[in-house]
Formats: sequence, C-alpha cells, structure tokens
Amino acid sequence: MPRLRLEPRAQASRLATYLSPVLAVVLTLIGAAVLFAILGRDPIRAYQAFFIDPISTFYGAGELGVKSAPLILCAIGLAIGFRANVWNIGAEGQFILGGICGSYIALFCEPMLGPATLPVMFVAGALGGLIWAAIPALLKTQFNANEILTSLMLTYVAQLLLNFLVRGPWRNPQGYNFPQSKSFDGYAVIEPWISGTRVGLGTALALVAVAFGWFIMSRSFLGYQIKVIGLTPAAATYAGFSAKRVTWFCLLLSGGLAGIAGINEVAGPIGQLLPVISPGYGFTAIIVAFLGRLNPVGIVLAGLLIALSYLGGEAAQISLDLPVAVVGVFQGMLLFFLLACELLVRYRVVVGQETAQSAA
Amino acid sequence: MLAASGELVTEKSGVLNLGVEGMMVVGAVVGFGVAFGTDSAIAGFAAAAVAGALMAALFAVLTLIFLANQVATGLALTIFGLGLSALMGKTYIGKTLPPVPHLHIPGISDIPLIGPLIFGENAMVYVSVAFTIAIAWYLSRTRSGLVLRSIGESHDAAHALGYPVRRIRFLAVLFGGAMSGLGGAYLSVVYTPLWTEGMTAGRGWIALALVVFSTWKPWRLLFGAYLFGFFSIAQLHAQGFAVPIAPEFLSMLPYLATILVLVIISRDAKRIRLNAPAALGKAFRATA
Amino acid sequence: MSSPGGSAAGVPRLELRGITKRYPGTVANRNVDLTVMPGELHALLGENGAGKSTLVKIIYGVVGADEGEIRWQGAPIAAHDPASARRLGIGMVFQHFTLFETLTVTENIALGLDDQRDMRALRRKIDETAKRYGMALDPDRYVHDLAVGERQRVEIVRCLMQEPKLLIMDEPTSVLTPQEVERLFDVLRRLADEGCSILYISHKLGEIMALCQRATVLRQGAVTAQCDPRQETSASLARMMVGSDVLAVKRPAEHKGEGEALTVTGLTMEPDDPFGARLDNISLALRKGEILGIAGVAGNGQTEFLHALAGERLAPRADAIRFDGKPAGHLGPAGRRARGLAFVPEERLGRGAVAELSLADNALLTAYLDGNVGAGMVKTGAVRHFAGNIVKDYNVVCAGIDAEARSLSGGNMQKFIIGREILQKPRVLIAAHPTWGVDVGAALTIHEALIRLRDTGAAVLVVSEDLDELFEICDRIAVMSHGRLSEPKRVADTNIDEIGLLMGGEFGDDKQAGTHAAT
Repeated sequence: MPRLRLEPRAQASRLATYLSPVLAVVLTLIGAAVLFAILGRDPIRAYQAFFIDPISTFYGAGELGVKSAPLILCAIGLAIGFRANVWNIGAEGQFILGGICGSYIALFCEPMLGPATLPVMFVAGALGGLIWAAIPALLKTQFNANEILTSLMLTYVAQLLLNFLVRGPWRNPQGYNFPQSKSFDGYAVIEPWISGTRVGLGTALALVAVAFGWFIMSRSFLGYQIKVIGLTPAAATYAGFSAKRVTWFCLLLSGGLAGIAGINEVAGPIGQLLPVISPGYGFTAIIVAFLGRLNPVGIVLAGLLIALSYLGGEAAQISLDLPVAVVGVFQGMLLFFLLACELLVRYRVVVGQETAQSAA
Repeated sequence: MLAASGELVTEKSGVLNLGVEGMMVVGAVVGFGVAFGTDSAIAGFAAAAVAGALMAALFAVLTLIFLANQVATGLALTIFGLGLSALMGKTYIGKTLPPVPHLHIPGISDIPLIGPLIFGENAMVYVSVAFTIAIAWYLSRTRSGLVLRSIGESHDAAHALGYPVRRIRFLAVLFGGAMSGLGGAYLSVVYTPLWTEGMTAGRGWIALALVVFSTWKPWRLLFGAYLFGFFSIAQLHAQGFAVPIAPEFLSMLPYLATILVLVIISRDAKRIRLNAPAALGKAFRATA
Repeated sequence: MSSPGGSAAGVPRLELRGITKRYPGTVANRNVDLTVMPGELHALLGENGAGKSTLVKIIYGVVGADEGEIRWQGAPIAAHDPASARRLGIGMVFQHFTLFETLTVTENIALGLDDQRDMRALRRKIDETAKRYGMALDPDRYVHDLAVGERQRVEIVRCLMQEPKLLIMDEPTSVLTPQEVERLFDVLRRLADEGCSILYISHKLGEIMALCQRATVLRQGAVTAQCDPRQETSASLARMMVGSDVLAVKRPAEHKGEGEALTVTGLTMEPDDPFGARLDNISLALRKGEILGIAGVAGNGQTEFLHALAGERLAPRADAIRFDGKPAGHLGPAGRRARGLAFVPEERLGRGAVAELSLADNALLTAYLDGNVGAGMVKTGAVRHFAGNIVKDYNVVCAGIDAEARSLSGGNMQKFIIGREILQKPRVLIAAHPTWGVDVGAALTIHEALIRLRDTGAAVLVVSEDLDELFEICDRIAVMSHGRLSEPKRVADTNIDEIGLLMGGEFGDDKQAGTHAAT
C-alpha cells in the first residue's frame, strides 16, 4: 500500500528556501478568499480593499513605511537572536520600556536639551529597551532561567508600569483626567521627512537596522558564531565560542532595537505617552522574523507585507465593514502556512512502499 | 486554573504550546455563542471544549507531523485565535447571558462565613478544582499518566521501549486545548456573562506562567492559581482601602513572583531537570 | 558444565541467519549468522563500529534488518518491535540506560513492562526479584538519586520481571566496580542455570573469558570467528577482534624530540554528568616530535580526558596542564588554540563540524586565529582559500567548498577536519579516534599526515581503540583504564598482547588479571 513518507534531504533545498514563503503567501491568499466568502464579501473586492487601496495613494505608500518600521526594527533584532536559539519573546515589553524612557526625556528634559532632545530621546529609548532585555539575559546566563518566560513576564510588568505612569505621576494635568501624558512638543516632535506622508526618522532607522543586521550576520565573526551556536552548540563549545556572550549580545541588541521602535512610535505617530502604545508590534515582529526566514532582506519584505495587512485591515473596516480582527486571522494563517511549508526545505515527500521493517 | 492544568498535561508530555491565550479566547467566544443560542450553559462549555481542541489539533498537526517549531507555532495560534474570536464574536457584542446560579447546598452553604465562601460558588469553580485533582491523580497514579510523563522526559527512551510517542502527545495537546477552551468559556459565560473582544486579557499567558510557577506539579498549580487570583482581586480591593502602593505594582506581583520562582528553580540545573519535562519543546523525529 | 539443555542436540533459542543491515554510506551488518542455545552464556565481541549494537537492536526489534531471518526457538519471527520481543521473552539491558530520571524505580520498571496495573503488587514483586538474585534495590527511590551501578540493577530487574528466555546485555560492566562486576556475574550465572540464555556484548576480554561459554566475533559488520573463550587467551581473542589487516604505512623511524610540548601532572577531575568517568591522578609527558597513543576501551575516561585537554572543561589547577612548560589549565579552547593546540574530536558532524554549513564555513570553525578574522570581520577570501587548500592537500572528495558538510562521506569529512587542524601548523595535535568509521584510503592519508606533522617537530596525541593503528603510527603507547593512565611504553618495547591485557583489566594488579583469566 503506497504511503507518503518524509525523507530528510541531504542538502537543504535552496529552491524551497525561496519558494516556501511564496507558497505560504499564496495559500494564505486562498485562505483569505475563503474567509471573505464566508463573511459574505466578494473576494475580489476584498482583495482590492485589503491589499491595493491602502497603498494606492502616496500617503498610503508612506504609511506602509511608517507601519513597517517598528516591525522591521524589532524583527531584525529578534531574528538574530532566533538564529542563535535565543528566544526573546518580550520584545513588546522592551518596546514599551523604550517608549517610557524616551518619553521621560521628551517630557522633562526638553527645555534644557533643546535641539539635542530628539537624539537623546532615541538613545534613552534604546537604553530602556536594552536594560529591559538585560534582565532575561542575566537570568539566563547566571541562573539558566528560560528566556521565553522571563522576557514574557517582563512584558506584563512593563505594561503595568506604563499604566501606572500614565495614570499617575506623568498624567497630563490638562488632560481632563484621561490617562495620557502631555503631548510632546518643541524639539521632541518628529517631523516627517517626506512631505505628504508620515515617513520620517523611524523608517530611516529601520533601514539602517536592516543594513546593520545584514552586515553582522553575513560578514562579521560574531554572526558566524551565532550561526554555529544556533545550529550545533557542541561545535561552538569545541571551537571555543562563548554562548553567554552571544546570549547577551542577542538580547541586548533586540532589546535596544525594540526600544528604539518604541520611542519612535510614541514620539512619531502617537505624539504622547498613552496606556497602549503598541498594537502588539513586539509579538507580530516575531511573525515577521519567521516570515522573512530570519534573513534581513526577507524581513523587509515580510515587514512590508504584514504592515500592509494592518493597513488593509483598517481600510477594509471602513470600506467593507470588515472587523479589524480579520488582520489577526490573516497573520496567523500566514504563519501557519509558512511553518508547514518550512517542512519542504528540510524534507522530501516520497511516495513509497512501507519500509521493510518486517524483513525477518 | 482550567487552562493551566490542561497546559500542564500538554507540557508534561513534552510539548510547549504557547497558544493557550488563543485557544482560551476562541473557547470564550464559542462558549458564549452556543450558550446564547441554546440557552444552556453546559452546551456552551461543551462546545468551547471542542473548539479549544480543534485549535489545539491545528497546533498538533503542525508541530508533530510537520515538525514545525513549537514556539513559533504557539505564537501563531495565539494571534490567529485572537483574530478569529474577534471575528466570530462580532455578532455577540453587547448581548448578555443570564448569570449562572451559584451552588447552594442546603445546610452547608448556610454556615456563616465559611459556608458561602467555600461552598457558595458557582459550579465551574468546583469543576476546575476537581479537574486539577483528577489530573494530579492521573499523572501520578495511572499507568497511562506514567507513560505520558516518560514521554515528556525522554521521547527517545520511550520510543525505544515501544511507546507511540506521537499519538500520546497529540492527545495531550488536544486535551490541553479543550481545557483552555473551557477556561475561556468560563470567563464569558460565568465570570462576566458577556462577550468583548480579547476578553481573556492575557490570562492565557498567566496560565502558561502558572505551569512553570507550579514546577509542573498539579497541587502547586492549585495554590498558584489562587495566589494569582488573590493578587488580581487584591489590587481592586486595595484601591478601596487606599493602600499607598499603586494598584499596578500589586498587579505586577504575580509576574515578578513567577520570574523569581523560575530563577530559583533554574539555578539548580539538576532540579530543573528533575521537575521540568526534559524533552519539553523538542521535536520528535522517529528513527526507524 | 552448568547449563541444562546444553550445547549438544536441542533447538537453539535464538538463531540469526544472514542478517544484513545497511545505512546510507555503510553496511552495519553483513550476512551475520549467530546461534545461541538455551542456558548459554554467549559473548558478542568486537570493536566500536563493528556492528554489535546494530545487531542486537535488530534482535530486540528497535530496528529492522534489510535481509536475513531471525528464528526464535526454531520458528521464524516476522516483523517485530520491542513490545513483541518482550512478549517472546527477549529482554535487553541497554548500554545507554533507557531510564527516566525523574521517576521512581517502580515507575521505571512499570514502563518497561506491559500491562502491569497494580503498583503495590509491582513493588512487592520488584523487592522479591531483587532479593532472589542478590541485588539490593529500593523500589521507591528516584532514579536520579541512584549511583550508576544501582541504575543498571534497575534495568536488569526490569528485564527479569518478565521472566526472559534471552537476556541481552550491552556492555554492562563498563560502568561497574570490580565488586559489582562479580555480583553481576553471579546473577548471570544463576540465570543461565535456570535456563535463560545470555547474550553478552563486551570488549573486556578478561570478563568474557571468565564468564562465557561461546563467543562470536564481529569485525566491520561481519562474523570473523566463533570460539569458546575459555579455551582462548586474551591475545588470541584480541587478534580475532582486531584482525591482521595491515595498512601500507611504513613503521616510521623513531623521532627524538627536544622538550615537552604538553605536560599533564596529577590531573584529577570529577565527571560532569552522572554517567561520566572520573579522572584519577593522570600524569603524562608528551614530547615534541613524537606520536603518543592512548589505547583503551571506550568509557574509561578518554572522553573526559580529551575534554580536559581541549579546554572544554577547565582543569582544577592551572598548572595541571602545561603547554611548553607554561600553565594552561585555566584556558578555554580558544586560549589553548592560541598557544598552538589543535584538536580533532571524536564526533565529526555535531562537534568537529556543523553539518548544515558549507565546507568553507566549517574551515573557519577553528581557524579564526589564523589571520582569517580581522577587526571582528570574517575575511571571506582568506577563509575560502584556506578551505580550498584543505580540499586539495587532503584529497577531500566533495562538490566544491560550498558543499554542505553533511554531504561528505565519513572518510572525507574526517580528512577535511584533520586537514583543517594540521594546516594551522599546531604545536600539539590531539586526535580522538582519527580513523573510526573511515575507509582504508582515507585512513592511510590521515596516518601519513599525522606522521608528517610529527616529523616537523610537533607533538601528536592519538586516542584510539584500534590497536593496529596505534602500533603503526605511534612512538610510545599508554593505556587508559578506569580513569587512570598507565606508564607509556615505547612501541618497540611492547606488543599487542601486552597492551590488550592492560586494556582488559586494571594495571598494577596482576593478581586480578590472573583471576579473570582462569575459570
């Protein structure tokens, strides 16, 4: 009786490496069409509303850049960590801490810093995220504590801290008792760089991060060490690579980048500190990292695609009366298909006979 | 507690399912919807369990058959679940269910103070405790519970002894999903009998933390769950008592406590080996 | 003669005919015939990689044979798995225990049985069985608390509970003290008296000669001899195991080097993990321009010693290990490499190289101090050039330096790794089992390379179980046993028999060796 069997490939299929994300996207589009149909919407119109309309204007295209910046910033850092088997799930928390620390500068130091406010804000943001990620790093290297859980728990703590600040000490006295800080003004505001859009510092930083990430992974010795540690830890020990150092680097890097993304979001699109400053960027960045196959170029494409799905969701809500939640479904589906297609890279599907286990 | 004890079983078999939040919220919406439609809380719970199991089945297929990365798949499940539930729940926003009656055992429940406290709660509270106890018994006393634990310890050794690792893990994952579904339904059908988007509010993640906090022992899970619950309520009451500590910091306590416990038990690498299922999160490839 | 239903007429309990098993790239078992009679103590002898473990996995049903037939009590058996093997009455005590550490003894045993529901009755039965065979075992203790010898008892009792008719033991004494060994032998003899057959896999010639009535010798997957060990000497047994294939390597002229390249003084280390061996006061002086071989059966501390030398575990005292006279015990692998140490590990893919990376990438793994990295950046050109040199000089058959490491055959991968280390011009090279699982041609290349390295004045340390190899290329040879190292002897002053004896028992304890040899 013919059976399907999974046979490990001798060499990872390069074709599949490029093809599997594409396949996943195609499958997701089909799934999305089914979804739209179930919800009683014409799939073609839905596609258009979801994917085409949002970027059909200049402003819209700019929005794509704005929305993808935090995703890409976070994802680059996360991807490097994932390649070393360092699982930073708390990017959301580091994002928030970055927002908090940068906001501190914006709210209280602006008068004395003047034009230097903005750079200092960003440095503070990076430091905030970095320090928040240093905690799981310390716990992992000193106490062997699993970084998935520690970074995740810290995310909640970060969110609560933000709540506290925004409702308490940092609340805007003129804010009608709403939980929000004063709006940033003066030098603390990020001006868009391309007029007619909101594209500004954040997008530029994201691109810098991408270049940096690419540089590290493909050219630097540290990137080499990361690859070896992630693939074969015993070989890394043999070679004399320090797993601890790599863990610190990955967590601090992803924390710092997330922190930058955080302050960028607060100072840019939002303009003040609110109880919620992220629609889950830190978590979605994980999807972006995987979708981009942990590769800087892929992450850019993935970031744009996911950002598009966010925009599409908002647009579809208006034009088609589709709930924004569709976005989550779409993203989840995408990741599922990607994970499934991943299999094809490492294994080959063989139609064959039952192995002769019975040769006795 | 429902979700956490379900996840405990899953993890004991060696599978890390981060999708608890997603499964819970889907359970919540399904439970609410069915209970609303059929006017029966029980039907709502049953449907929620099935829904949770289906979500878990998706996870199981991906991680056990497609050998996908467990962390990524679990996260995907959460995001997917949140989105799906919001989608499905659109029609139910604003509607409410009649409250589920509290248990009233004549005589016992009337004992002042203790009576209502311990015996006056609604049925699901007892069910959750019962489940946890049942799971504790199952894992430590029954043979199949033993096999499950062994698979979580060393799937290679279990395979060498001839046990169907994949099948048992599959079932464990499904069970975890069903329980998460029940947990979610409790929120929407009993606790606050209405539906809002994302009403699990991170409780799924707390459940995951609970499993670690309890060092994978069901009894500690009981204790931990009530402790977390205590903290959640405490911060509401603290506001009433004008306690000088800001409520947010009180709410942080469970998470910080989890980190602390995690550090303490991880320090002794041997201890962690003792308590955490050794094969947790590792994909199993059957070698013929 | 102690066993009823002995060797004369009678249906064999287990019979293997023409068993063949192939894995990609190698033949693990080649047309193997094996016969075990009821109540017989039968030894399965052979070096590492000879195919013993694969063969018993086939018997136990963990793995299926490609060709051949298995007959149990005269009747052929069809496809089977461990559960059905147990039902037939085959029990197996694995070399690497299949115990679950966080469970109790009782729970572990319950898992190895089929359909035992009542834990209390089980506990009682465990107690009875253990006492019956004179083994002390507490059913309620957690396995992680048990010493290694006790853990093995759990494995044995687990098998005994099923009342087996054939008990397979895979290298059972590699982790036992001499007293525990004696106790084990008592148990086994009792079992044989009761009619149970024992298939005993081991290297240890002395024990086999003391315990077993028949022996089947495997070499490179095929049966090379069958004999009665009681009538053999360890020398003759060693020769059957090792064979007399001679590689065409000339016996190198002895080379006298100046000074010590590597000095180990009084190195004592506790093992990292519960199954590890303890290093006991090891001292060694490796001179420049010589090849020193360390012989010994696996599991006697070689791995731990190698890790200690390579720097993967730091020595308790910095001066316990000295390079060129200077203390180095406190340095990690990178630090030691900087001083001129190179190391070829036992595991090719998985330690010596990363399977999924290309050869070019793997070349960098240990060569990063060699001008291949500048200012934190990888000099890709230099690395590729280096990789190309390795492939050329060592005749590595591959699809170019961009081929993934795992696409290479074992021999070629080993050549690459050795080439990588030698081309870095180390002052000390440590090679662990350098030609294990490697085809003859590659083995030749490797041996010649080691000798050439020695001739340049470097010091080479070779750890191997292949006595032929050691006698061919080494200037001096020592034996590692039970975590201790014997005094190195010049190869010219000794022979295989002597070394074989040292390998099989404790040194400095001739009385013990004598007791084992007699019956």
